[in-house]
Amino acid sequence: MRPADLLASSWRAIRSHKMRSILTMLGIVVGIASVVLTVGLGLGTQKDVSEQIAALGSDLLIVSPGSSTDESGLRGGFGSGETLTLTDAEALASEVAVPDAADVAAEKTASLSLEYGESNWTTDVTGTSTSWADVRSRELLYGSFFTEDDATAAASVIVLGAETAQELFGSTSVVGQDVTIDGEAYEIVGVLAEAGSSGETSLDDMAVVPMTTMVEQLDTSGNSESVDTIYVKAASSDVLSAASQETTSLLLNLHGLASAEDADFTVEVQDSLLDAATSVYEKLTVLLTGIAALALLVGGIGVMNIMLVSVTERTREIGLRKALGAAPANIRNQFLIEAMILGLSGGAVGVIIGVGLALALPSVLGSTIVISGLALVVSVVVAVGIGAVFGVYPAARAAKLAPIDALRDQ
Amino acid sequence: MAAPVIELTGARKTYHTGDIEFEALRGIDCRIFPGEYVAIVGPSGSGKSTLMNILGCLDVLTSGSYVLAGEDVSRMDEVALASARNRRIGFVFQQFHLLSSLTALGNVELPLVYAGVSPAERRDRAMVALERVGLGDKSRNHPGQLSGGQQQRVAIARALVTEPAIVLADEPTGNLDSHSTRDVLGMLDDLHSEGSTIVLITHESDVAARAGTVYNVTDGQFVGAGTEIAK
Ligand SMILES: Nc1ncnc2c1ncn2[C@@H]1O[C@H](COP(=O)(O)OP(=O)(O)OP(=O)(O)O)[C@@H](O)[C@H]1O
Ligand SMILES: [Mg+2]
Repeated sequence: MRPADLLASSWRAIRSHKMRSILTMLGIVVGIASVVLTVGLGLGTQKDVSEQIAALGSDLLIVSPGSSTDESGLRGGFGSGETLTLTDAEALASEVAVPDAADVAAEKTASLSLEYGESNWTTDVTGTSTSWADVRSRELLYGSFFTEDDATAAASVIVLGAETAQELFGSTSVVGQDVTIDGEAYEIVGVLAEAGSSGETSLDDMAVVPMTTMVEQLDTSGNSESVDTIYVKAASSDVLSAASQETTSLLLNLHGLASAEDADFTVEVQDSLLDAATSVYEKLTVLLTGIAALALLVGGIGVMNIMLVSVTERTREIGLRKALGAAPANIRNQFLIEAMILGLSGGAVGVIIGVGLALALPSVLGSTIVISGLALVVSVVVAVGIGAVFGVYPAARAAKLAPIDALRDQ
Repeated sequence: MAAPVIELTGARKTYHTGDIEFEALRGIDCRIFPGEYVAIVGPSGSGKSTLMNILGCLDVLTSGSYVLAGEDVSRMDEVALASARNRRIGFVFQQFHLLSSLTALGNVELPLVYAGVSPAERRDRAMVALERVGLGDKSRNHPGQLSGGQQQRVAIARALVTEPAIVLADEPTGNLDSHSTRDVLGMLDDLHSEGSTIVLITHESDVAARAGTVYNVTDGQFVGAGTEIAK
């Protein structure tokens, strides 16, 4: 039998039972559409997170007090303690000790109430150096960052996040205005451009003042020397790990510690955050794909079920074809190809619906869905494969029918 | 005389239904020569259809041998039997057995499809066969758009299209009215006069009377020798 005739024969059988064929395809359509959606959602979320993290800069080291590799539970946990100081920050800024660092910015943050006229707003006020905007990759929407002179003089100047300005003034164009903190007036010299959020904390609801101003006027911690975080920006992302090693050994030295195991601080690379987030979303993708695979399995069983019904219904046709000279393999191939065509059409329709939903849903859900061409191709191939796998048993049944029994049927 | 188309020697067929064995054919010897028109008659349950299934390579003997057009088919496997049916046998069934999804032409083409004949040649040969049964103008009709007699003529065209060694017809007029019966039997007469070898199974004596030789089956055996019918 010629392959083209085999195809035509299978295609005619599908067309002559339109409704049944459509119902058979339905399971595959739903399965494939959900695969396209879930994989797209997984990839999309991963992309969102990667972009947010990349926006923070992939050449950035974050030095925090305390140790995250704390097994004994005796040392202060990650992010706690007051083991980092302004002296540490100054030392890290030295080109000799840390040649691969381009810039350093220490942060000391307090939650404070800002007032303007009748309105007041509590936000995190960060004391830092003039290098901060560059280190944290922040742009200014209006005005400028405070200057070295402001820092030396511990001037009463402040830079507001866009959201903070909006909350206090109902506008972001507020350069030159004053906000009051603890009865002291601070002149707004700049407003930061929006940067979104990093995990829990908003990057737009904040205020920045010179470190000197923070220490002398606003700090409530009682320890004027300690800082919360030191950001070290590497000269380039290539030398990030070198910068990390230099930072670690300098701080160990300053803190009089012998080995990295005793470190009372933690040096983190943004990339490790990216890795952690990626692995979470990889797990999510696996989970969603598992659910979609289940939907596909159900679809496949549907194909098998209906193909079995079809074999029973077409017993006489099978008998006739055999009487006219069809070999068992001809009959088997016809049913297998029918199942694969159903899989292919179901897969194609599923991909179309999945892509349609992927285009429509983001505006409703506010989440990104990435449509990957590879995923679409794989989906269709999988759908055809499902048709083939679940078609094997019905096809074998049809091929095995004895022609006399099949002709006598009814 | 030429070699026989069909040579059946000591043909036995035993059916097993659970523990019960039933001998449907009990040692039949039979030779049919090219161009013969043979009728097989007998009461219901005597084994006519069983014999026809054997002759048509739809089933195999329990013992004995069957040589069809020089090929021993009694020990063939499924694939070889399928090919033997395709090349050697043209079937005409009581229930027509046309595929409703195909046109008359498509139905007649079907044996050629399994023979692997190219579409163009298939169409031509199927059209010739349809014209031979007088249905050249109905080639695009589906079976549902044809009368019973016309459907059986399409089936006869399908049986002829491969130019088989033998045309096997099991009760071909069983589902037809008297007019269509005459029509179909006339067709078989024409085929015979054009040289086809025909084996007709029937329980009606007037139908059998058209054949050249009549075999009488009772309880799975031939009764007497083949009766030559004088014309
Ligand atoms: N597949 C089978 N299994 C068991 N017994 C069978 C089978 N097919 C036929 N038989 C038995 O073999 C005998 C002959 O059956 P067959 O169909 O050949 O009769 P027939 O001569 O064609 O009868 P009819 O004129 O009614 O068509 C019957 O007794 C029948 O019950
Ligand atoms: Mg019978």
